[in-house]
Order: sequence, then C-alpha cells, then structure tokens
Amino acid sequence: MSTQTPSGTEAAVTEAAVTEATEVTDVAIIGAGPVGLFAVFECGMLQLRCHVIDALPTLGGQCVALYPEKPIYDIPAAPELTASELIARLQQQIAPFQPRFHLDQQVTELQRRDAAWELTTSRGTRIRARAVMVAAGVGAFGPNRPPLPGIEQYEGRCVHYLVAERERFRGQRLVIAGGGDSAVDWAIALADSAAEIHVIHRREQFRAAPETSARLHELAAAGKIQLVIPYQLAALEGDGERLGAVVVKTLKGEERRIEADHLLAFFGLASKLGPINDWGLGAHNGVIPVDPSTCATSLPGVFAIGDIANYPRKLKLILTGFAEAAHAAHAAYAVVHPDRALHFEHSTTVGVPLREP
Amino acid sequence: MPVIHFVTTSGETLTLAAENGRSIMEVAKANDLPMLAACGGALACATCHVIVDEDWYDRLDPPSEDEEDLLDTAHGLTPTSRLCCQIRVSDALDGIRVTLTPMD
Ligand SMILES: Cc1cc2nc3c(=O)[nH]c(=O)nc-3n(C[C@H](O)[C@H](O)[C@H](O)COP(=O)(O)OP(=O)(O)OC[C@H]3O[C@@H](n4cnc5c(N)ncnc54)[C@H](O)[C@@H]3O)c2cc1C
Ligand code: FES
Repeated sequence: MSTQTPSGTEAAVTEAAVTEATEVTDVAIIGAGPVGLFAVFECGMLQLRCHVIDALPTLGGQCVALYPEKPIYDIPAAPELTASELIARLQQQIAPFQPRFHLDQQVTELQRRDAAWELTTSRGTRIRARAVMVAAGVGAFGPNRPPLPGIEQYEGRCVHYLVAERERFRGQRLVIAGGGDSAVDWAIALADSAAEIHVIHRREQFRAAPETSARLHELAAAGKIQLVIPYQLAALEGDGERLGAVVVKTLKGEERRIEADHLLAFFGLASKLGPINDWGLGAHNGVIPVDPSTCATSLPGVFAIGDIANYPRKLKLILTGFAEAAHAAHAAYAVVHPDRALHFEHSTTVGVPLREP
Repeated sequence: MPVIHFVTTSGETLTLAAENGRSIMEVAKANDLPMLAACGGALACATCHVIVDEDWYDRLDPPSEDEEDLLDTAHGLTPTSRLCCQIRVSDALDGIRVTLTPMD
C-alpha cells in the first residue's frame, strides 16, 4: 500500500485545477480509476464534456493506490503493462478531450436540481451535470483509520495519518502505530526531535527495508524509541480536545496505557463507500445494481460503471469496466441530448474529435 | 459438499454449503454475507478478515508472508485472525467455523 514517507510523497497530479464555484458540464464522473478515465474517452467520442472527481490526489484508482508496479496481462492488445503504465496510457488517450479533474476531494452529496444533478465535494466544489457516472470502484480511498471510539474528535489535532509538518512533533510524546515503511521511517526521522516515541506493532517483523528495520532496532537499543510489541491499538484517552494516553492490548487482551500527546497511525489506505450508500442507488454490500445494457441505476441519468456496478454474473475486471463505460456513454447521450438522435460512427471514421477549448 | 459455519457480528450462525476449490471469501460473497472483500481476493485490502475458531486454526495451512504483511493493516486482530480469501475450501475443512468482523 502506498502512503506518504519522510523521503517524499507519491507523485501527485499537479495540473489538476481545483475550483470553488459551480461548474457546469455534460457528464460528472465520480472516480478516476481506470474505468472512470476510460469513460472520459467514450463520452468524448460522443462530444460529451466531462468533469472527473476523486478522493485521492492522484489518478488511477486501485491501479495506482494498491498495485502500481504490478504487471497486468489481461488488457486486450496489451500483452503486459504495469498498472501505472495503464493509467499513464489512459491519461494520454483522454487528453484530447480536456477533461477537468477535481482531485483530493470526495463527492459527498448528489442532489437533483431542475433537470440536472448537482454534486458537492468535501472541498465545497459544486458541479452541475445532466448525467452522472458513478465509477467509484470499491469506494473512496482515504487513510485506513483504526476504529477507536471517539477518534474523529482528535483527527488533525492529535491523531494523524500523515506528517505534513514534522516541527509540530518537536518535544512531544508520540505513539506511532503500524509496521510498514511509513511507521518505521517516521519513527526514525522523529527520534531526535520528539520527547518520546512508542512504536506499536502486532508482531516482531516490520515490513520495511532491512536497513531501516536495523536502524529502528538500533534506536530501540539506544533507548530513543520504545518498541511495544506485540500490541495493537485499543482505545484513546483524553478530554476530547487533547489526547492524554493511548491504550494498547496484546492479541490475548493484556492491556497497557501509554501517555502521549499525539498518535500517528500508519495502516495504509482503505476504501469506503460512505455517502454513496445514502444516495438512493440501492447500494448493498458495496455494489450498486444496474441494467447491464445501459449501466443505468434506479435514478434517472445516474449510471454506475466498473467495480461498483453489479448485475448477474458480473466480472470485476478492468476490461468489463471499459465496456460498461461505452454502454453508459451511449445511454448518457440520450440524457444529455434528449432531442438529438445519436448518429454513431466508428473511431476509424471520425478520428478523435477535438473539442473547442 | 463441505459446509462452513459463518458467525455474523450480531452472533447469528449461518451454515452454508461450499464447493471445494473456492475460497471462503468467495463462499461468503456468493451468499451475500456482510463482507466487503474490496480487492476481490487480490490480497490487497484486508477487508475479508475473519476470526477462525481456535480448534480449526492450526488445521489450516499457515498464512503466507504476504498475508501476514497485510494482516498488519487489519484492526481488531486476534491470535486466530485470517484473511479468508486465502483459505481454500476442501473436504478437510468440512465444518469449519469462522466469525466475520465489522464491515464498518
Ligand atoms: C492487487 C490487484 C490486482 C488486480 N489485477 C487485475 C488484473 O490483472 N486485471 C484486471 O482486469 N483487474 C485487476 N484488478 C482489479 C482492477 O484493479 C479493478 O477492477 C479496477 O481498478 C476497477 O476500476 P474502477 O475504475 O471501477 O474503480 P477503482 O480503480 O476502484 O477507482 C475508483 C476511484 O473512485 C474514487 N471514489 C470512490 N468514491 C468516491 C467519492 N465519493 N468521491 C470521490 N472519489 C471517489 C476512489 O478514490 C477511486 O480512486 C486488480 C486489483 C487489485 C487490488
Ligand atoms: S479480499 Fe482483499 S485481501 Fe482478501
């Protein structure tokens, strides 16, 4: 799983313009995974303009968040390419259609307004679109939050999932939880400036490079870091504003209380359907039922494609999602242009029609 | 066909027939049990976390290093926690009992 490390952040798509006013477009695509990206192409071929929103700061959905370096073998006519190459090629393929990206923000609301849909994001971006394609995969990616009661009230203040500014931890008592690179790298990086560091992990082995693991154990031997193993997080104590202590337990239930000012939890990324469950799309166990011939959901003008779309014998494959994007684009055309017949021509006939900017 | 007993988070037990060769995750999903299994068995999500009955835990092939690594990112672990997309149904597992974890 990719998370931020002290040595650098993962490549961010910086050309993404983030806007505050209400945007108007033909199709709003929720999710910039492979399927959402290809939907831009299919819509573009029908001259439908698209805006794409994703909770992650990067394009690519699962491909980039979970397995960027892994080779994929079942993309037609691409015998082997890595997941991040697939995304780079999709970006290239859709560039002529000039999609607008709104990244690092989750779509939290979907509301019917007049004859259109209005989407609102966690950053306050509002987008009006005739048609919506929910290409949300397995949900919005975000930090994998430990399910500790009351954790939300400390988030951003005393509970952190990434280190934005290391100076704020100077002289502080830290609990760092997790066993991967982020946890180990930050424990090492903050060992000198923090007052105290406890590293909580459920087993002896860390999933970090051998040199970094060795360094962690050196710092532990020198008393600069306390390793609390085999423990996992159990509860937080505090007054609702400031954290007082982190309670940890062994797998067998023995408890320990560690006084701390901050908890840094590094458990990688997790996906959550979250608000999509409340949009009246009949989402159940993480998927939305659709008519496979159009990918239409139960709401007019709202389509679901890719991993999140479900029908009998659905295959959760990238290639299935690509085909669904084509079905949905054709169905969306009728929603955006109810008065115009769709005259279809193959890409070999029309080429890639460049839109006026 | 072997059967698997699934205990839900509310304590209800569901006994389901399972085809040999499928994973326990696939059996759970095919029967619409509350389990996310977000990555579809690609060992990339830990949302198929189950707690295996103690009597059964040692009879399973031990978890791979990759499964152990991913278990590091699961919450509410117990000594018999497993990612059930990695457990294949066979006659030897007839009657195994696993407890689901909250979908959250
Ligand atoms: C390890 C691994 C290996 C795989 N190997 C293959 C393979 O070889 N071949 C194959 O075909 N498939 C493979 N898959 C499956 C494939 O990756 C998925 O089928 C594919 O990513 C689905 O694409 P998608 O665009 O539907 O969704 P995703 O890739 O899941 O993207 C959805 C995006 O939507 C965003 N999102 C969700 N909700 C919101 C919201 N409310 N607001 C804003 N953004 C939101 C998410 O942040 C995410 O970025 C593999 C999966 C994994 C984990
Ligand atoms: S289904 Fe994702 S790890 Fe098992």
